[in-house]
Amino acid sequence: MTAVVTPPAPEDAGPDDVPMVLHSAPSGPDRVFSGVLAGSSGIVLFLLVGTVGFLCYYGWPALRDGGIHIFSTTWSPDSGHFGMLPFLAGSVAIAVIGVAIATPISLATGLMINEYAPRRLKPALTGVIDMLATVPSIVYGFWGLQLISPLQAAPARWLAENLGFVPILRTPSPGQYVKSIFACGLICAVTIIPIITSVSREVMAQTPRDVREAALGLGGTRWGMVTSVIFPFSRNGILGAVLLGLGRGLGETMIVVLVLSSANQLTDKLLGPGGLGSIAQEITDNFESSSPIYKSGLILLGLALFLTTLAVNIIARQIVRRSEAYAS
Amino acid sequence: MSQLTESHTPAPPTPPAPPSRVDGEPRNDRPIRQRRIAPEMVAELGGSAVSALAMVWLVFNLSGVSAPLGFGFCWLAAFLTVYGLLCWRRHGVVAMKDRLATVAIWVGALLAFIPLVAVISYVVLKGARAVFSDFPHFFYADFSNYTLSAPTSAVGAGAAIVGTVEQVGLATIITVPLGMLTATYVVDHRNFFSRVVSHVVDAMSGSPAIIAGLFVYLLWVVPHHQTGKSGLAAALALSVMMLPIVTRAAQEVIAIVPGSLREASLALGSPQWRSVLRVILPTARVGLVTAVILGVARIAGETAPVLFVAGGSPNYNWNPFSGQQDDLPLRVYQMIFQAGGNARNDAWGVSFVLVLVVLTLFLLARLIGASGPGRSLAPWRVLRRGPQRSGR
Repeated sequence: MTAVVTPPAPEDAGPDDVPMVLHSAPSGPDRVFSGVLAGSSGIVLFLLVGTVGFLCYYGWPALRDGGIHIFSTTWSPDSGHFGMLPFLAGSVAIAVIGVAIATPISLATGLMINEYAPRRLKPALTGVIDMLATVPSIVYGFWGLQLISPLQAAPARWLAENLGFVPILRTPSPGQYVKSIFACGLICAVTIIPIITSVSREVMAQTPRDVREAALGLGGTRWGMVTSVIFPFSRNGILGAVLLGLGRGLGETMIVVLVLSSANQLTDKLLGPGGLGSIAQEITDNFESSSPIYKSGLILLGLALFLTTLAVNIIARQIVRRSEAYAS
Repeated sequence: MSQLTESHTPAPPTPPAPPSRVDGEPRNDRPIRQRRIAPEMVAELGGSAVSALAMVWLVFNLSGVSAPLGFGFCWLAAFLTVYGLLCWRRHGVVAMKDRLATVAIWVGALLAFIPLVAVISYVVLKGARAVFSDFPHFFYADFSNYTLSAPTSAVGAGAAIVGTVEQVGLATIITVPLGMLTATYVVDHRNFFSRVVSHVVDAMSGSPAIIAGLFVYLLWVVPHHQTGKSGLAAALALSVMMLPIVTRAAQEVIAIVPGSLREASLALGSPQWRSVLRVILPTARVGLVTAVILGVARIAGETAPVLFVAGGSPNYNWNPFSGQQDDLPLRVYQMIFQAGGNARNDAWGVSFVLVLVVLTLFLLARLIGASGPGRSLAPWRVLRRGPQRSGR
């Protein structure tokens, strides 16, 4: 029964259980085996290098024609305008809205599973959260298009009518509040919740038990223990989890493709259709039917998306790793 | 050392009282269960909820506003205010903060579970009719009979199921050996290259799905022109998605194989390759199988990678190596953008099949993963054993 209460780190891998380092010349078959292992690792490496290489190669014509103007606002590749800003801004806006909605919910869920729920339910609850990540995103997109997008229109209208002095709380198409950037962010939050929950939950579970018990033993409430012990201890890990969620939101494709209705314009009005675009949607909609130079522009967009996501993910993983190393 | 922190009931203790009695070392070092839900606490919660409901209902009725979502939101806000005031007057400000936080955390967690229930019940509600109206037919018919006026009973997901099974199967065949070997390399070899590979796997496991599709399109379909779109190309795109997922999970599983087993095998004179294939991987097999099934469940529903490379086809195509092929997510996508008729109903039907497949795989993985390391994976054994409590 003790196994049930152990923290994630396996207890039998104590300090005495580290494999010895052997120094001997490897035999012939071992050298071949080592080569096979390194070769398969090389294929994984090729995925990254190959993706960047192919995207650069096929995106080069657009980059050459666009030059510095790829950071302008006019997108019309067939007439030589490669302004990517409306799409970049739209993808970032959706991810940020998604993360802003998902973060408090995920932290609450993580705390609930770790600290509040009965211990017996823990495996079942983490299973349900993992299940949330398993439902295909096209199903979320279809569900969002048919149910959530119309459902969020009334609150969005209320926001626009009463808090419309805030720039982002307006609609680009007067009177319409469905299929907006906000609706996409709302639905993306559902796919972001599992990743933030699982990463931050694991980080928060590594808070040393004695410090937590000390906080409670001194007469603190549970919430006091959470704010004064768990949050400071796992601050970095939570930041990493949020960044991972941001990466997930940036890369979300099918939800945005199905839900968003855009006019590829740079605008700060997020509550209605016909504003900012999204990289994933622009690629999906036009890739099959476009001219070679248009395709090149789309591939350039893909490269921008890939590099942004990659940077966010690498930073996030680094932060999470460091925080885990600090904990152990 | 007692383990108090994880054992609390939803209702928190009052602040001045110590969280639990500690009479020496608890037996077996198990947390002390503290199940104290005072009737008073229930009364405070219930009373606040009812009074908040009454207030909000009165305000909404008097002003004549009709907004169900707004009503719910206002009710929650009013409830928190009333309950906070009540706790503040009766128990002081520290207890108020603790109780409000408890309520907020439970509400937040509930918000995370609502979408899952909502999406699954919505899919079942919309899709079950399409699937079961003409029961087995929907599972073997294809979409060749689809017209604007065709009823749902004329079409079916058969061709798409064949495509998904073949593409995901091929992707698994490609990915599993590569993923296992890479994971072994990263865990066993501590050098610069393995650290780079480990970071690349981490970074790639979060990369956008659409990029995998673009990559395989440029790598495979462009050199082969129009004949390049096939089940194999789709399988390649899915492999690009699946490899990092499987490698990451396998890494974690292989890393916790006890070092003593490794040493014992080497000390008995076994070469490195034999100790990996005969000792380490078999010891970790339960975790590895779980990792693979979870990877399969994750990619079986991916639409974006196969969008440009599978081609899609309303008819059966049993050969994944030539000709365009359909699969479940792609069929859903195409039916959503099909104008009019029963297209949306058909799309819900296919979505239902897709969710059924994915969640079955997921539950299978959980069931296998719940059994201990190194145990038999024969289905009858797994089922008879039933799920066990896992330490995670």
